[in-house]
Amino acid sequence: MTRPRHPMAALLVAFALLVLADGTRVGARQPAPAAPQRPVVVGSKPFGESYLLAELFAQILEARGMPVTRRFGLGGTEIAFPALRQGAIDVFPEYTGTGLLVILKAPLVADPGVVFDTVSREFASRYDLRWLAPLGFENTYAMSVRTEMATRLGLRTLSDFAKVSGEMRAGFTADFIGLPDGLPGLRAAYGLAPRTVNALAPAVKYRALADGAVDIIDAYSTDGLLSRFPLTVLTDDKHVFPPYDAAAMVRGTLARERPAAVVALSELSGRIDVTRMRAWNARLEVNGEPVTVVARDALIELGLIALNPAAATGASSSQSGSLAAYLWARRASLAAMSARHLWLAGVSLLAAMVVGISGGMALNRTRWAEPVTRGVGLLQTVPGIALLAFMLPVLGIGTAPAIAALFLYSLYPIVRNTVTGLREADRGAIEAAEALGMTAWQVLTWVRVPLAMPMIMAGVRTAAVINVGTATLAAFVGGGGLGDPIVAGLALADSRMVLSGAIPAALLAVVVDVTLAWVQRWLTPRALR
Amino acid sequence: MATPALEASAVIKRYGAVTALDAVSLQVAHGECVALVGESGSGKSTLLRVFNALTRMDAGTAHVDGRDVATVDPVTLRRAVGYVPQDGGLLPHWTVARNAALVPVLTGRRDSEALAAAALESVGLPPEQFGARWPHELSGGQRQRVAIARALAAGPRIVLLDEPFGALDAITRSDVQELFLTLRRRTGLAALLVTHDLHEAFLCADRVAVMHAGQIAQIATPAELTAAPGTPYVAALLQRARVGSGASA
Repeated sequence: MTRPRHPMAALLVAFALLVLADGTRVGARQPAPAAPQRPVVVGSKPFGESYLLAELFAQILEARGMPVTRRFGLGGTEIAFPALRQGAIDVFPEYTGTGLLVILKAPLVADPGVVFDTVSREFASRYDLRWLAPLGFENTYAMSVRTEMATRLGLRTLSDFAKVSGEMRAGFTADFIGLPDGLPGLRAAYGLAPRTVNALAPAVKYRALADGAVDIIDAYSTDGLLSRFPLTVLTDDKHVFPPYDAAAMVRGTLARERPAAVVALSELSGRIDVTRMRAWNARLEVNGEPVTVVARDALIELGLIALNPAAATGASSSQSGSLAAYLWARRASLAAMSARHLWLAGVSLLAAMVVGISGGMALNRTRWAEPVTRGVGLLQTVPGIALLAFMLPVLGIGTAPAIAALFLYSLYPIVRNTVTGLREADRGAIEAAEALGMTAWQVLTWVRVPLAMPMIMAGVRTAAVINVGTATLAAFVGGGGLGDPIVAGLALADSRMVLSGAIPAALLAVVVDVTLAWVQRWLTPRALR
Repeated sequence: MATPALEASAVIKRYGAVTALDAVSLQVAHGECVALVGESGSGKSTLLRVFNALTRMDAGTAHVDGRDVATVDPVTLRRAVGYVPQDGGLLPHWTVARNAALVPVLTGRRDSEALAAAALESVGLPPEQFGARWPHELSGGQRQRVAIARALAAGPRIVLLDEPFGALDAITRSDVQELFLTLRRRTGLAALLVTHDLHEAFLCADRVAVMHAGQIAQIATPAELTAAPGTPYVAALLQRARVGSGASA
C-alpha cells in the first residue's frame, strides 16, 4: 500500500523548467548581443499605412547609422500612446486629429495649423512628447459611394448625400460610429440619417460597398484600395472632419539625448503628398508587396537613400506562388514564432493552473467559492485590447503584459471546473472517508482532487485551447508569436500573411489539446477513465 | 458498572427550527447490538452520527468507550470506530484491497495489507481474487461486503452502521445480514445499526430503539417490544410491519 502519488508535483516541476527556459531565447525577436548604441524603438498601430510610415522611420534611421527595434502592430492608440509615454517605444506615426480628439479630447477645430499648434503645445507640456513637422499629407475620412450611383443621383458633396440618406444603407467602422467627428458629427452638421447603419471591419468595407451590400462607407483619403474600386469621394463641404495630418510623434527624451534621430526623422517632414502616399498604400494593400520593399523604394523615390543594387533583389511581388510555397519559404521564422507562441501560451497556462487549481482547492466548500469564481469570470468579458491597455502603466509592452493577459483569461475555466469538480465529487465516498478518520487535507488530496481530476483537466484543456487562440493578442503589445503575421496581414490586406499565422496557430491548438488529453488520461485515476 | 461502548445523555440537535434530536439518551453495552428504527426524519441517522462526531450536538453529552465526543480529537475517534454507510461509500478510484486497508493505513500500521486481506477473507471475498478489482466491477452485495471489511480491518470494538443493507435486493440482503451476524458472534463487536426495517432490527439486534420525532419512543428487546408496545406509535409501527405476535412464523 503506497502513499498516493501527487502527479501535480510533476506539473509544478514542468512549470519551473518552462519559466527557467526564458522565453526571450525561444523564438527571440532580436539577436542577443547588446548593441553599443541603444536602438531607437519604432512603433506602429495595426493598419497598413501606420506600418508603412513606421517602416519609413525605421529605414531612414538605419540609413543614418542608427540601430532600430521595430515594434509594429501595437493595438491602436490606446496601446501605442501609453507605450510612447512610458518609453517602451521612442516614436510612432500619429495623426493630429487623433491627438486632438482622442487623446486630448479637445473640441473640434477645422484649421490644420491651429490643430498642429495645439497638439504640439499640449503634448509637450502634458506628456513631454514632441510632434515633428507633419509629413505632408492628410489622411482624413473620405466618405465614399459607388461612382455609378454618384453619377446617377448627382452626388458630389455630403450635403447632396444627406438629402437622399434616408434611402441609404451605411457601412461604417465601429469607432467611426462612436467618434464625435464620425457619424454623430455628420448627423449634427448634415442631418445625415441613413436607413440602416452596419458596423463593418476595415478589411471588408470596400468589398461590401463595391458589391452593393451598403451604399456609403467611411474610407480614408489615402487608402490604397480607394483606387481599386470605382468609387467617388464626397466632399466634406461643411468641414466636419478635423485635419488628420500625419506626423512622427517622439519622446522628449529621445529629442534631448539623440538629436540625430530627430534630425533623421525630420528629413521626411513635408516630403510625402497624398498622391504619393496613396500610391504606396496601393502597392502595399492592393499589390501585396512587402512593407520593407515599398518603404525602401519610397525612400529612393524621395532621394533620401541611394539605390543599393544589393537590396533591390527583394521579392517584386509576394502574391505569386502557392500558399504552401509561401509557408515553406518562411518556415524558419514561422517555427520561431510558433515556439514563442507556445511559450507565451504555456507559461501563462501553467501559472493559471497553479493559481487556479490551488485557489479552487482553497475556496473549496467556503462561502467565497461562488463569488470569487464569478469575479474571475467577469475578467472574460474585458476585451483583450482594454485589458492590455489597463496593464500598460504597470507592465509596459512586450512579454509581461501578454503573459499577464493570457493568465487572466485562462484562469476562469480552470477555477470554475476545479470548484465544481471538487464540490460534486462522489459525496458518499467523501463522507465515508471522513467518517473513517481521514483528515480534511487527506479528504481533499486523496479523495476530492483525484475524483475531480477529469473535471479539472477538462477546464485546463478549455483554457489551453482558448489560450493558444488568444495568444495572438501578444502582437498588439509587441509580445511576438503568431499574432505578428496575423495582425500585420490584416492591416496589409494580405490574406496569405494572415494564414501564415493562423494555420500554425490552429495546428498548435490541436496539438496542445491532444497532448493535454494524454496528460488528462495520465492524471485521471485508472478506475475513472 | 462497566463503561458502555456508546452512551448518549440528553442529546439535543437542531437544524434551524427543526429539532432532530430532542434530549435523547441511549446506552449500548460492549458486545451489544442496538438497532435504531424509525421513519425518515425521526433522527436515527443524526443520533448515529453523534457518535463519530459527524453531527455536532447543541446540548447533552456523548461518550464512546468512555471518551467524551465533545473533547476527543474527532479524527482519532473516527479511526477507532467502524463505519458502514448505506451505499458502501467505497472510494471509486481505489482498488478493493486499498479500500479495505484504509483505516490501518490512516493509523500508520505496517501490517495494513495483511489486515485488509484478512478482513476481505472474513467477508467472503478472497483477496487474491477481489483485491485488485475496482469498486465499479463489483455487485452491490460485494461492495457492501467490502465496506464491512473496511470498517472492521483495523479491529475496532465498536461499529456504526447507517442503513447498511437498505439498497440491496432481498436475497443479497439476507446473505449480508447473515454475514453480519456471523462476524458479530465471532468478534463480540458492539454495534449501532440504523435501519427502517423492523424485520432487520429484530433479526440483527439485541435491543431495538424505536425513534419518533427526535425522541426514543421505546427501547427494548424484540420480545418485550412485541409483547408490550410502549406507545400507540410503536404499536402501530409493529402492526404495519406485521412483526406482532403471530407474524414471526
